[in-house]
Amino acid sequence: MAAPIIELRGITKTYDDGFTALSNINMTIEPGKFYSLLGPSGSGKTTILRLIAGFTNATTGSILFEGQKINDLPANQRKVNTVFQNYALFPHLDVFDNVAFGLNLQKRPKAEIKKRVLDALKLVQLPGYANREISEISGGQQQRVAIARAIVNEPKVLLLDEPLSALDMKLRQDMQYELRELQQRLKITFIFVTHDQEEALAMSDEIFVVNDGKILQSGTPVDIYDEPINHFVANFIGESNILPGKMQADYQVEFVGKTFECADAGMKPNEKVEVVLRPEDLDVTTAEQGKLVVTVDTQLFRGDHFEIIGIDDDGNEWLIHSTNPVRGGKHIGLTFEPEDIHVMRFGEKEADFDARLEQYEED
Amino acid sequence: MKQTKRFFMIPYFIWIGLFVVAPLLLILYQSLTNNQHQFTFQNYVTYGTSSTYLHMSLNSLWYAFLITVITLLISYPAAYFLSKLKHQQLWLLLIILPTWINLLLKAYAFIGLLSRTGSVNSFLTFVGIGPQQLLFSDGSFLLVATYIEIPFMILPIYNAIVELNPALINASRDLGATNWQTFRRVIFPLTISGVKAGVQAVFIPSLSLFMLTRLIGGNRVITLGTAIEEHFMTTMNWGMGSTIGVVLIVMMFIIMALTNDRRKKRRELNDDEEN
Repeated sequence: MAAPIIELRGITKTYDDGFTALSNINMTIEPGKFYSLLGPSGSGKTTILRLIAGFTNATTGSILFEGQKINDLPANQRKVNTVFQNYALFPHLDVFDNVAFGLNLQKRPKAEIKKRVLDALKLVQLPGYANREISEISGGQQQRVAIARAIVNEPKVLLLDEPLSALDMKLRQDMQYELRELQQRLKITFIFVTHDQEEALAMSDEIFVVNDGKILQSGTPVDIYDEPINHFVANFIGESNILPGKMQADYQVEFVGKTFECADAGMKPNEKVEVVLRPEDLDVTTAEQGKLVVTVDTQLFRGDHFEIIGIDDDGNEWLIHSTNPVRGGKHIGLTFEPEDIHVMRFGEKEADFDARLEQYEED
Repeated sequence: MKQTKRFFMIPYFIWIGLFVVAPLLLILYQSLTNNQHQFTFQNYVTYGTSSTYLHMSLNSLWYAFLITVITLLISYPAAYFLSKLKHQQLWLLLIILPTWINLLLKAYAFIGLLSRTGSVNSFLTFVGIGPQQLLFSDGSFLLVATYIEIPFMILPIYNAIVELNPALINASRDLGATNWQTFRRVIFPLTISGVKAGVQAVFIPSLSLFMLTRLIGGNRVITLGTAIEEHFMTTMNWGMGSTIGVVLIVMMFIIMALTNDRRKKRRELNDDEEN
């Protein structure tokens, strides 16, 4: 593990009116990785970014940059640059001067500024746009200028505050690829704030799921998707069927009145838990062969899959993603593998969760 | 739709015609006639060749310039700090309030304050350096004129500052700018429109101040405004008065043109052709 470039230790942020925006945030950011802060609006993810950028101060705790405490270092002396949500491009300057802003402040030689600005514009695929006014270019192009303006200063960490949220769907997906590519080419750390779970899953090396001013879970996209720590994370990251259940013994869980084999362990016998089944892990079969039987309620064609909502005998709704439509009888069977079942304990902390996972995965 | 739009514009056109276009044409007509109502350029010749009028014009420009500069120097910081205060509406009201009071009343109030027996001189006497001659001096004229014009400068600048996107200030600091650099490179250029509007609102009326020159300046300060008043009220030379009026209007247009936005010229980037 490389030496961390940024560390947040025990950060809390309380506003004058008593509102707690962040409580006990601990984060370790390693160089050269793509991180996402993922959470709903008002969760505090942008506040974390502003703390790192230096636009706001932590009430308690410390922020370390390459091991040095930078709590009191003003924003203009930090070696990070930000891509703002609505780009915050300077409307009185053209594209070239926007990108050159930081270099002009550093009083670099004219020729060097020109070369670096034009290189940065090439990097974000806007060669030939240097002379345009900001008002003359589209939202997607402004987005690229904002990225060029930040990376031209060669920051060690690039902070991105929901930079894609104002773009349309198609452009957003293109930019996801480009951002990821850019990060890998520049080999600098990206910290990307978003409320869009797909964005975070697609681009990140590591995701921090934030809600109510706390980090609920951190890990690789696959870890978080496959092993959500609690109801909130399971619901927020991807679509899920979440049901109350009871852990009868290790590797045995009971829900909807039946006992199933599962891959989870390390809990007390008969502990009340929640069970997650991802819609794409449910396979449609005949009613006789199914582990569960549901009645099809609605079926929607989503382009790449069919979204089926079925209701079982107890009245639970089941969301199923299937590549093939259900034909014929309205009763269908559902099957799934033991490892498709994910069991969540109530109120489990991330450290305990990780420890438990590690413990029984070694068995 | 277009019909009704035109219909509702009729009162506007009547108003503009009666109270803007007609008076301007009348002034132009007056300036081109003598007392016998004959067509002549004599008034303009007189204006152009007389050193008195030239002096007066320069005087007007000079004092209007001074008033504008002093007002701007006070108003920009004031508007800036105002935009950071908590009860902005209340402070704005306090700034606007004096503009609702008649100019004459304010002038008389200052006469009361600045006269030999006024409260300022009482204070100066108390600290042992008075009484002084304060009224009827350039200083008192500039003081009162500045006081009267300040709200018209603060308001447009304040509006421009409030409209400024705070993210731009963060962006500037993020890119390494100090507070002063942020002000010089971002805040000021983006609020220059407010400054220009304020300069127009202050400089143009200041060109033709005449009541203050008389009441506070004691006719020591003679501007074109004073001259117009003299020609219309005392010497009854309406032609000459109108000529000066036309000169003032031309000056105003020049100021407007100078303070209007112009397209900035584009940089040469020869190795980076537009595609």
